[in-house]
Amino acid sequence: MTSEWPLWEVFIRGQHGLSHRHVGSLHAPDAAMAINNARDVYTRRNEGVSIWVVRSSDIAASAPGEKGPLFDPSNSKVYRHPTFYEVPEEAGNM
Amino acid sequence: MYAQMVRSDAASVRSIEEMEPRERAFQQRIDEGQKIEPKDWMPEGYRRTLIRQISQHAHSEIVGQLPEGNWITRAPTLERKAILLAKVQDEAGHGLYLYCAAETLGISRDEMYDQLHSGRAKYSSIFNYPTLSWADIGCIGWLVDGAAIMNQVPLQRCSYGPYARAMVRICKEESFHQRQGYDILVTMCRKGSDQQRAMVQNALDRWWWPSLMMFGPPDTDSVHSAQSMAWKIKQNSNDELRQKFVDETVPQAKYLGLVIPDPELAWNEERGAHDFGEPDWNEFLAVLNGNGPCNRERLGARRAAWADGAWYREGLMAHAHKRVAGVAAE
Repeated sequence: MTSEWPLWEVFIRGQHGLSHRHVGSLHAPDAAMAINNARDVYTRRNEGVSIWVVRSSDIAASAPGEKGPLFDPSNSKVYRHPTFYEVPEEAGNM
Repeated sequence: MYAQMVRSDAASVRSIEEMEPRERAFQQRIDEGQKIEPKDWMPEGYRRTLIRQISQHAHSEIVGQLPEGNWITRAPTLERKAILLAKVQDEAGHGLYLYCAAETLGISRDEMYDQLHSGRAKYSSIFNYPTLSWADIGCIGWLVDGAAIMNQVPLQRCSYGPYARAMVRICKEESFHQRQGYDILVTMCRKGSDQQRAMVQNALDRWWWPSLMMFGPPDTDSVHSAQSMAWKIKQNSNDELRQKFVDETVPQAKYLGLVIPDPELAWNEERGAHDFGEPDWNEFLAVLNGNGPCNRERLGARRAAWADGAWYREGLMAHAHKRVAGVAAE
């Protein structure tokens, strides 16, 4: 019988209050086992305080070919960065 | 190395001008140091070569648990036992990171296991030697993990994103492996009895040459390297890494008061490096082709573990299906 366990993506929140971050993937029969396995595979050295798992097949991703249309438009919008603006020295720290 | 003699899927390295536009764009991205990600277009040869290399690397991590597992129940102290358990558990983790990286290239986990269990896929020749005494566990950490680290550090810069990221994690965890091995030997050689020192020398005599073979055949015979280097899935030549390994290991052996079993080993002032003898490449090929001292035992243990675990894998999957069906029925 071939019934490979489904693939899960694992996200871990580290100690310092940052967002959950993708760390890798693993196979598990269900969510509870995926969390158990994630603990053993991805947090053997105190890497996290919280684990999320999600079925890989449930993730929708942008295609590499869409990179241009998706991300190029923001290139020209330099005014979105604070460094675009010059603050007069007399105005002090801003 | 953990991936020795990986066959590269290209007749010869082609120049940028000879490539079709898609491939040229791909090679230019690699030359610029960009990472290739799973959904990006890639030449079939790149994909297949990487699958072979990453899966061979993963198989090595998994099979590599067996020689050390032999000593978990026989470790001399509770602390040594806990350390060895942690190390062997790390190897399992490393195998899993790597299998996942290979899966992003379109091969399934079951296919890879099948390739290993049927003998079609290779794993590092080093794991086909027996671990006869506790000093062997020290030598494996010191020499085998030491050689592995030497190869893996540059692989963190590999062109394929998922492989490079797996290597970053692995390298971070691996450095304790080498140190714990050396620590075993320091204890035996510097604080131990004559009998214990003899035990370590005996282990070094057996592990030295197989460790040098880990880096693969000499550059003159390494026909697959050029393409893999152009693709940046291999960064240094076999001989380069082997030389670096010898140069780093010699003073460490000296500190332990051990004699490296190579009469040709000598410092070459002119080169600023050690000269050393040639490993027995016939032995290397024999081991790689399944005829080392422990090949049958290792594969037998892997096959048995996989077959004996089938009821568990299937049972958990059936349970998961049943729970989903139960929720749907409510």
